[in-house]
Amino acid sequence: MKASPHASTAGIESIGPLVRLDRVTCRYARGRPVLEDVSLTIRRGTFTGIVGPSGSGKTTVLRLVLGLVSAESGSVIRRPGLRVGYVPQVETINWNFPVTVFETVLMSARNGHRSPWSTSQEKQAVADVLERLGIGDLARRHIRQLSGGQQQRVFIARALFSEPELLLMDEPTSGVDIRTRHEMLHLLSDLNDSGLSILVTTHDLNGLAAHLPHLVCLNKRVMGVGAPREVLTPEVLERTYGAPMEVLEHAGMPLVIEGRHGADTIRQTS
Amino acid sequence: MWQTLAEPFQYGFLRHAIVVCTVAGALCGLLGVFVTLRGMSYIGHGLSHAIFGGAAVCAAVGLNFFVGAGVWGLASGLAVGRVTRRRVIAADAAIGVITTASFAFGIALLGLYTRVKQSIEATVFGSVLGVSTTDMWVIIIVAIATATLIIAFYRPLLFTTFDPEVADVSGVNIARIDALLMLLLTFAILASMKVLGVTLIAAALVIPPVVARLLTNSFKRMLVLSTSIGAFSGLVGMYLSYHLDISSGATIVLVNFALFATTYAFTGARRLARTPDRDRTPIPRNGSES
Repeated sequence: MKASPHASTAGIESIGPLVRLDRVTCRYARGRPVLEDVSLTIRRGTFTGIVGPSGSGKTTVLRLVLGLVSAESGSVIRRPGLRVGYVPQVETINWNFPVTVFETVLMSARNGHRSPWSTSQEKQAVADVLERLGIGDLARRHIRQLSGGQQQRVFIARALFSEPELLLMDEPTSGVDIRTRHEMLHLLSDLNDSGLSILVTTHDLNGLAAHLPHLVCLNKRVMGVGAPREVLTPEVLERTYGAPMEVLEHAGMPLVIEGRHGADTIRQTS
Repeated sequence: MWQTLAEPFQYGFLRHAIVVCTVAGALCGLLGVFVTLRGMSYIGHGLSHAIFGGAAVCAAVGLNFFVGAGVWGLASGLAVGRVTRRRVIAADAAIGVITTASFAFGIALLGLYTRVKQSIEATVFGSVLGVSTTDMWVIIIVAIATATLIIAFYRPLLFTTFDPEVADVSGVNIARIDALLMLLLTFAILASMKVLGVTLIAAALVIPPVVARLLTNSFKRMLVLSTSIGAFSGLVGMYLSYHLDISSGATIVLVNFALFATTYAFTGARRLARTPDRDRTPIPRNGSES
C-alpha cells in the first residue's frame, strides 16, 4: 500500500483540545468496567486511531465523546458548542430501509427544517457534499444499490452535511476490500488536511492504523499512545491484545504479524 | 354495477361506514410505514389488544369508550416504548407482556360482567353496522391531525426510524418523537377499531406498507403508496363486507392480502434482483483481530 500522507505527525498543530477524557471509568448496567481510568485528549486538526481487541472499549470511547453513555467516574469534557459528526459501523445500518442517498444525507441537516420538502439550497448543499466525496451522480440511488465504498461515503457525506469539527468513525474499513480501504484512507486523509479532526476505531492494524499519524492502544485501559512507530511494538501490542506479536518494518512502516510463528514463516519465504 | 356501488349510500350509517373504512385504511397505511420499518409490526396487534382491556373497563363502568380506552391504550403504548428503549427486553417481548396482560384483564372483566359482552363483540371483529356520525368525525379529525403531525415532524420521524442513535447525537429528541408516534398510533387504533376490529387491525397496519415497499425504494413514495393502498382496501373491503355480509375487518384485510399477493407475484422476484447484496468481500486481516 502506498504510504499515507499522514505517515508522520509533523505539521499537525495542537491549538486546543476538542474533547478531553480524564480518568474515565465506564460500565454498562452493573457488569465489569468497559473502560478503566482512561485519559485521552482529542486536539483540533488531529487524526487519531483507537486500536484494540473486541470488547476493549473502542466504541465506548466514541459513545462517551458523543454523549450516548455517561462515565461512572472521571470526566468527559467537550469544548462548548463542538459539532460532532458520527459514522456508525456499516453492519448496524438497515440496508433494506427505503431511503435514497439524497434522503440519507439530508437527515443530518441542522437548519431546523422538519418538513418533507427540501429547499433549493438544501438540494444544492447535498449535491455539493456528494460531489466532494466523488458520488455526485448517486443521489437518487437506493442505499443498497451501491458498492461497499460508495455506501461508506454516503454515511460520511451525511456526517459532513452537519458541518462537524470532529468526525467519529466506528470501524471505517470493516469488511471492505483492499482497494476500498485504500480509497477510504486517502479520503479521510484529505478531509483531515482540510481541517477536520478525525477519531476512528479500527481492528485493521496494517491496512489503516499503521498509516495514521496518532494511535491509542486500548484494552479497557490505555496501553499506549503515540505515532505508529512508537506504539505498534511487540511490547505494547502484547499488552493490548494479550498475545505475542511480531512487528517487521516494510517500506518504512511497521508491519504487524499475528503471533511469532507468522513472523518466522515470512522470514523463511522472503 | 352502478347500482351495486350506489346501494350502500341509501343508508345513513353505511355512508358513514364508507368514510370510516376508507379513512381507517388510509390512516393505518400511513402509520404502518413507521411501525413496520421500526420492526414493531407486532405493536398494532398488541396495542389493539391492550385497548380491548380499556374498552372492557369503559363498558363495565359506563365510561366514554374513546376517553377510557384512549387513556388505557396510551399508557400501554408508552409503557411498551419505555421498556423497548431500554433494550434489555426486545420490542416483541415487551409488547407481548404488557398488552396481552391488558387483553387478559379485559377477558376477565367479560367473565365477571356478562352484560359487557355484547358491546365488546363488535370491537373484537369489526362491524360496519352502527357506525355513527361521531365515529366518522372522530376518525376524520384523527386522520387530519396525524397527517399534519407527520408532515410537521417528517424529518425527525424518518431519522429516528432509520438510525435512532445518530438521530440522538444529531440533536433529535427521540423520546419525544417515539411518544408522538405512540400517541398517533393509539388514537388511530381507537378510531379504527370499530370497523377493523381488535383481532384484525394489525394486518391493516402491516400489509399496506409491505405492498408499498415492494413498489418503491423511496421513503416519501412509500408513505403515499401505503396510505393509498390502505384507503383502497378500506373502501373495497367495506363494499365486500356489505354485499357478502362478512365482518368489515375480515374483508378489508383480505383485500389487503390480495393486493400483497398480486404485487409480490409481479414484483417480488424483480425487486430481489434489483437490490443485490452489497459487494463487500471478506478481506484477510493482517492485524490482530478478535
